[in-house]
Formats: sequence, structure tokens, C-alpha cells
Amino acid sequence: MEFAKLTIRAALEGLRKRTLSAVELAQAVVGAVEACNSTLGAYLWFDREAVLKEAAAADEARAAGSDLPLLGIPLALKDNICVAGEPCGCASRMLEGFIAPYDSTVAERLRGAGAILAGRTNMDEFALGTSTESSAVQLTRNPAAGDYVPGGSSGGSAAAVAGGLALAALGSDTGGSVRQPASHCGCVGVKPGYGRISRFGVVACASSFDQVGVLTKSVADAALLVNIMAGFDPRDATTLMVKPAAWDGSSDLHGMRLGLPMEYFVDWVEPEVKSAALAAAERCRELGAEVIEVSLPHADYGPAAYCVLAAAELSTNMARFDGVRYGERAAGVKRIEGLYGESRGAGLGSEVKRRILFGTHMLSGANYERYFMQAQRVRALVGDDFSKAFECCDALLTPVVPAAARKLGESDGSPVEAYRNDSFVVGVNLAGVGALTVPYGTTAAGLPVGVQVIAPTLQESRLYRVASALEAMIGGGR
Amino acid sequence: MKAQYEMRAGLEIHVQLKVAAKLFCTCDFSFAAEPNSCVCPVCLGYPGALPVLNGAAVAQAVKAGLMLGCEINSVSSFDRKNYFYPDAAKNYQITQNFNPLCRGGAIEIQVGDGEVREIGLTRIHLEEDVAKSVHHGDCSGIDFNRAGVALIEIVTRPEITSADEAVAVLTALKELLLYAGVSDCNLEEGNMRCDVNMSLKHCGVAELGTKVEIKNINTISGVQAALRYEARRQGDILAGGGSVEQETRRWDAETGKTVAMRAKEDAPDYRYMAEPDLPQLGVTAAEVARLGSELPEAPAKRRIRLVEQYGIPAYDAGVITGSRFLADFFEESAGLCGNGKVVSNWIMTDVLHLVGAHGVAIEASRISPVELAELINLVNSGTINAATGKELLEEIFLQGGTPTTMVESRGLGQISDAAMLEDLVAAAMADNPNSVNDWLAGKKAAAGFLVGQVMKRSRGKADPKLVGKLIEVSLNGIRTDCVTTAECGKGEHQ
Ligand SMILES: [Zn+2]
Repeated sequence: MEFAKLTIRAALEGLRKRTLSAVELAQAVVGAVEACNSTLGAYLWFDREAVLKEAAAADEARAAGSDLPLLGIPLALKDNICVAGEPCGCASRMLEGFIAPYDSTVAERLRGAGAILAGRTNMDEFALGTSTESSAVQLTRNPAAGDYVPGGSSGGSAAAVAGGLALAALGSDTGGSVRQPASHCGCVGVKPGYGRISRFGVVACASSFDQVGVLTKSVADAALLVNIMAGFDPRDATTLMVKPAAWDGSSDLHGMRLGLPMEYFVDWVEPEVKSAALAAAERCRELGAEVIEVSLPHADYGPAAYCVLAAAELSTNMARFDGVRYGERAAGVKRIEGLYGESRGAGLGSEVKRRILFGTHMLSGANYERYFMQAQRVRALVGDDFSKAFECCDALLTPVVPAAARKLGESDGSPVEAYRNDSFVVGVNLAGVGALTVPYGTTAAGLPVGVQVIAPTLQESRLYRVASALEAMIGGGR
Repeated sequence: MKAQYEMRAGLEIHVQLKVAAKLFCTCDFSFAAEPNSCVCPVCLGYPGALPVLNGAAVAQAVKAGLMLGCEINSVSSFDRKNYFYPDAAKNYQITQNFNPLCRGGAIEIQVGDGEVREIGLTRIHLEEDVAKSVHHGDCSGIDFNRAGVALIEIVTRPEITSADEAVAVLTALKELLLYAGVSDCNLEEGNMRCDVNMSLKHCGVAELGTKVEIKNINTISGVQAALRYEARRQGDILAGGGSVEQETRRWDAETGKTVAMRAKEDAPDYRYMAEPDLPQLGVTAAEVARLGSELPEAPAKRRIRLVEQYGIPAYDAGVITGSRFLADFFEESAGLCGNGKVVSNWIMTDVLHLVGAHGVAIEASRISPVELAELINLVNSGTINAATGKELLEEIFLQGGTPTTMVESRGLGQISDAAMLEDLVAAAMADNPNSVNDWLAGKKAAAGFLVGQVMKRSRGKADPKLVGKLIEVSLNGIRTDCVTTAECGKGEHQ
């Protein structure tokens, strides 16, 4: 067994045929983590003993006749997803030492399916960033090239999966935070449509955009995990009641119409990235799909609207981190205003503070109408763009990011760079639709490049159909 | 206050809804609970926790709206009111700022000599309560039990023209909400809290004066006193040629004064934002109709109907409709007994006397309308006498019991059989010759004494009317004997 390439499906097959035990699987994870995590920095926390113990229990359960859909499968979780009794720090000093007192719905559902929740992965502090460099704890490296960023904010999860330190991992995607690192590291990343997966127990970044996603080695693994986690949750009022038909495993593209949004194939997209997406489109055509050009006319305004709305929601979501009930509390402060200022000042990193200030400003006085409401109107237009596009095609095929991963520490931090990096991912979050990225080649420098498939919220099986066809062409997926 | 100014005041009344769980989580809340014992990740604002709207609270708020004649919005929504303060677990409060559940409506009050005035409402919205800060010495504690408890905020238009009208509004509101079962309206437990805004305007001028807000008054008398104080304070300023500052003040019940809290420039910017964790709240016309059908008759209407239907005095009807429970109790009992007037008399004189004497509310007592009706019927039919009835009433009120069973098992039935009473009458007369002589001598009151003696011997069970008759017959018999004896020249009374 080569653990680095092992998918959940293959592991389950081995477990069911008794050619592999859950303990062996767990030992493989433990071995990989102990050998590589100090270099890669993917995990923030990993409880070796607990994982091995749970694996032994899974083997016993299987021997006793249990065949839960994920029995004995270890999964890594991003550090913003609560698991009762485990730290949940969001890679921030503010929550250093914070132990979650309750389970998130996704943790509960995965554990209920027999999975072992094994370890917590690094991220940009409070999921704000695109490189995992804003983690207050440690650096995470791109497994494909050690001096490159893994992307973010779910960079630890992407690195753990692509680097062979996890079978699969959970991430969260507010504005590309699953898809962009998946693309940069070379794994499959899925952000289901808004409302498909409960956010209960997932530390909020921007609530109307946040969605739990998965990072896996195959499209089939992603579909399996999403299917187990998705569905109405009485504890999250924004989850959808409707349950779509599950993907039947088909990768047949005959009769499918794919749209290439022209606004996502602009001149500042690097040639290697653009050609990967166009090559993927060509493959789809060869496999029977009809490929057409479509337009998302308000695409250019998406990043700005996202920036305003996400920061505004973030600013109020972050208000609860005040040092009063949990988390970092400044010592020796007498007055309450001082306590807030000192605790937040010391506990939060500069990127987090910058966005809180920006979001607070966007909601203040006349700015509310001038910026926040204006951005809401833009959001509605962006949503209409997608609805109209889906009237003439079944799914969209696009680049994920305009360029492959950059080197560590080389961001110029300019807004133009940030807007461009967000351009092809945030539209999906503004519209609340579902999207998936699948690796589709590498650059000359050896960095992975992904392509993105986008489909309406309840049509995620289209994502799997297209992506599994592409995945088969590059020899991935099992 | 100088006569050339008129008061214009509006109230913002926070009312705690009577529901089992908090507004956005399933925690129950009791006023007496240990601090921080009614809490969960949601109402403590833990990372990742999400609010889920309590449908029962929405139903209660709709009922409040219907009682007050509001328009119920088919779609309303929730917003975050952002401010940093330790009583807000998330450092924002979830409320309905942009689209409240109810709009419009009015509350009727009685002013002066039975004249009725309507004070208009602007809105009623749902919101969560905040935690309670407890200060001891240089240390402050926070009790999150109250955090997240379901409230409605009722906002009146600035149409109140005196402190007494404000009292009338609050009293009427309390009566209505209690009646509809929307709230317990227990002021001691903070079920109703009030913010007041007030300005003085020149008489005969439409334009309102500068508005002053007074925060967080917890009693109706506090509202009255605060408004009176504020009217004097502002009146003096205006009379002295000054101008009133637009500001927020706090009512200090101990000193009986309002104290400046913050000026207009320092008013917080709450940065309201639509709550992304909660979808819009839809209330269908069918749901509104169903909730409306569950509403009780308004007390004022019921008062009039009780007078007409049962022929009871208006005063009694007023007392009985003072609480929905009592009014329901009365009507059920009157229906069973078939005589509303008698039931009303029993309630007014006996039942309410017991409530006062034992300090036990009728809701908390053991008696039900069925038992009261049964008891009254036992007395009316002469099975037991009124005194026994009253004793039984007290016992049932305190400990419970079924009147018929009690009467039978204890042999409390009234003795209405003349044959059974004749011996007692004879014995009483034999033992009290003086009374008999008194009666014969013309002191008719002596008969009453003899009746009492018989009642005593029967341990109260004798039918007093029948005893009276028997005594009269016996005494008349003696007189006849006397006359006869006298004619014979001999008598017993020698
Ligand atoms: Zn709670």
C-alpha cells in the first residue's frame, strides 16, 4: 500500500476485503505525519494515541459486523471546525488553548459514519487569507515545491492531502478557501452550494458565504464525503431542506453542455493556467460534451462586492472574540473597554484586524448605504449572471486562479493582486452555487494547476460527472 | 410644569414572552435559577454556534400584534445590532430593525371620566434579551441566564400627553398581554421593562420639542415619576429661556431623578446589518388566522358581555375580568351551576377572600370551576347549609377535594328530616327554660337563641330554616298548653 496516493474508496475496499486493517491505516497516517509534518507544517495538532485507539475500535466494530460508510477512515479537519474536547484555534493566538465544548454537525455526521477525526490542519488566521501565511502558529509549505505557498485559507488541509499526510481533509470556503489551495497543491476540492452542508460548529468567517468543503485525492472521495455531510440540519437555519439525487458515478459527458465564461479567460490569466482550462474544455468536447461560450457580465464587480460584504459580516462575527468568556484575555486591565482593546490587540493578527476595521467602516453611518447596500445589489446581479448562464448550459468550466502558487513571502499585498486572485472563485460564493476544482496538469516549474467546474446549487452531481471525466484523462481517481 | 407647554411622550416596552425556550436556542430559563445554569454554546456566543428561531416565540409575538390591532408582516427579517458590552454574548444583539414582525396598531386607554383615547403603535418586533451584569466591589460578574430570552419590543408613537396616560398605557398593555397569555408581565422579575422618550412642545404649535430619552425603567410607578420629574426639569429650562439638550438619561429610582447618560453626539452607531444566519421570517395568512382564533376576547368587551349575559354588577364584572384565568373560571363555573349571579357572589365574597387571607392566587389554589359549581349547588339545593359550604370551600381551596364525596363520606348532609330534628328541638327547649319563658313573655328573639342551640347540637348539619319552623311550632304548642292550663287553673310555669 502506498499511503500517499491512497484514496478513501481504495482504503474502504481494503478494509472490507480485510487486506487492510484500520490500525494499519492509522499507523500509516501517524507514520506520514511524524515523518513529514515538521517540514510541511500541514497539521497544527495530531493526537497519535487517540487515532490509534479509535482505529482499534473500528477494527473491532468491523469484526463485529459493522460496515458504516466511513468505518476506520481517518480524516483531517481544518482548525475552524469544532470537535468536542479538541482544540479549535483557527490558527489564532486569540483562541490559543481553546477547547471546543461541542461537536460541529459535520464532525458528528462523519463520526456517525465511522470516520476517525484525526488531527487539525493549519489555515490562515480565522480563514482570512489565500496562502496560509497569516497563521499565527506556523508556516505550511506546498508539497509540490517546498518554497511555495500551499494556498489558503485551507492550506493545511490541501497540503496534508496532496502531501500524503491524510486520506482526505475538510476545509471551509468563503471566497475560494477550499478550491484555491486544492488547485495550488494538486488535489480535488469541492465547495458545495450554499446551504448544502451545515455550518453549525464551524467558526464563522462571513456567514452568508461560508461553506464547508472537502479536499480529497479523487472526485469519488469528494462525492462520498459531501453526501455524508450534506442535508438539512435543524441547528443551522440556512441549510436546505431539498436533497438532490446522489451522483450515480457516471462520467459520461454526452448530451452535456459546458459553458466557458469569457470574463474568466482574460489576458492577465497566465498562459499555462489558461491553456489548462482550455485543454480541459477540449477534452470534454472529445468526450461528448458540447462546449459553448457564455458571459457573466458582472464578473468584474464581484471581487469588490465580495470584499465589502465578507468584511462587513466578518467584523460582526469576530466581535465575540473579546476575552470575556473564552480565549485570550489581557491581564491586569481594569476597565472593560481596556479589556476588549488589549485582548483583541494582542490576540488578533494584523490581517484580521485590517479586515475587521474595513468591515466595521463599511457598516458605519452613511457607508452602509453607499457601500454595503450597493455591494448587496451587485451580489444580486452576479447571482443573476449565473442563473442566466445556467439557462443555456449545464455547468461552467473555468480556471481557478489566474496563476499557479507563488513563492512563500512574495506577495506584494496590493489590492489589485488580491482582486485578481479572487476573481474566478468569489463569484461562486456570491451566487451561492456549487463548484469543484480538479487537478489538470502542472506548470513548467512543476506546480499543480487545477480547473474549476461550477454548477447550480442542487446539481452537484454535474460537478462530479465533469470532473471525474477529466480526472480519468490525467490518470487520477480510483 | 408651566401651562404653556404640553408633554409628548412615547414608550418602548420590552416584554418577555411566555415560551419554554429562549429565542434562538433550546435553553429554558427560570428567574430563580443559579447564575449561568441556563446556558449553551448558542446563547453564550461560542465560536461556530448558530441561532435557530423559536417558532413558539413568533406565535406569541403575532398574538400580541393581533391583540393590539397591528398589521402582521408576511415577511420580516432579523438584524444584528452591533455594540461591545459584556451583557451581549456575541457583542451584537439579534433584533428586527429593518423589517419588524408587526406594524401599526394602537392601545386603548381610559382617561379622565371614562373617556377613551387611542395611543398609536409604530411597531412590535422580536429580539433577544441580554445578560445581566452583577457588580460587587471592584469586580463584575455576568449572568448569561437571561441572554437570548425571547422578548418583544412594543414601540408607541409619541402621543402620550401625561405621566398618568403613560401609566394607563402600561396598565392596559399589561392586562392585555396577560390576558392573551403572551407574557407573565411580572415586573419584579423584569418581564416588562421600559424606555421612555419625552419632549415638551409649546401649546398650540404642532412642532415637537427636543426629545430626551430615559432608559430602562422597571416599574410602572417609575415611569410615572420619571415623566413627572422630566416634565418639571424641561419645563424649568424652557421657562428660564434655555433649550433642552437632546440626550439620553437614566432614571435613578433612589434619588427620584433622571441623570444624564450621554449626549446626542455620543449616541452609538449600532451598524445594523441583516442577520446572515437566519432566513427571512415568513408568516402566512393562514397561520395568522389560526393564531387569531386562539386569542381570547379582549377584557373590555368581555366585561360588558358578562354584565349582559349573567346579570352581574358592572363592578363585579370588572374584578372578574381583571384576570383571564378568573374570568374563564367564572364563566365555566357559571355554566355548570346555571346561575351566574350566585357564582359571581361566591367569587366576590368568598373565593377572593380566601385568595387574600391565604395569599394564594386562584391559579395556585386547588379549586376548579367544577368544584365551585358543585359546592354552590349543594348549598342551593339545601343538601348542606351555607356555613358548611364555606368551610368546605376553604378546605378545597387549600387542599383540594370533591364536594359531593366530602359531604357523603363525612356525613355533612344537612338534616332536613323533621322527625330527626324534633328530639333535638325538645332537648334544647328542656335545657333552656329561661329562653322559652322569655319567648312566652314576648321576647321573640329568644327563638333565635334556641335555633342556635339546636344547630350546635346537630354540629351545624341541621337545616336552620326547618329548625326555626319546628321551634316556632313547639313554642306555639307550649303557649296553647299554657292557655289550656290556665283555663284549668294550673300551668307548668308556676
Ligand atoms: Zn442557550
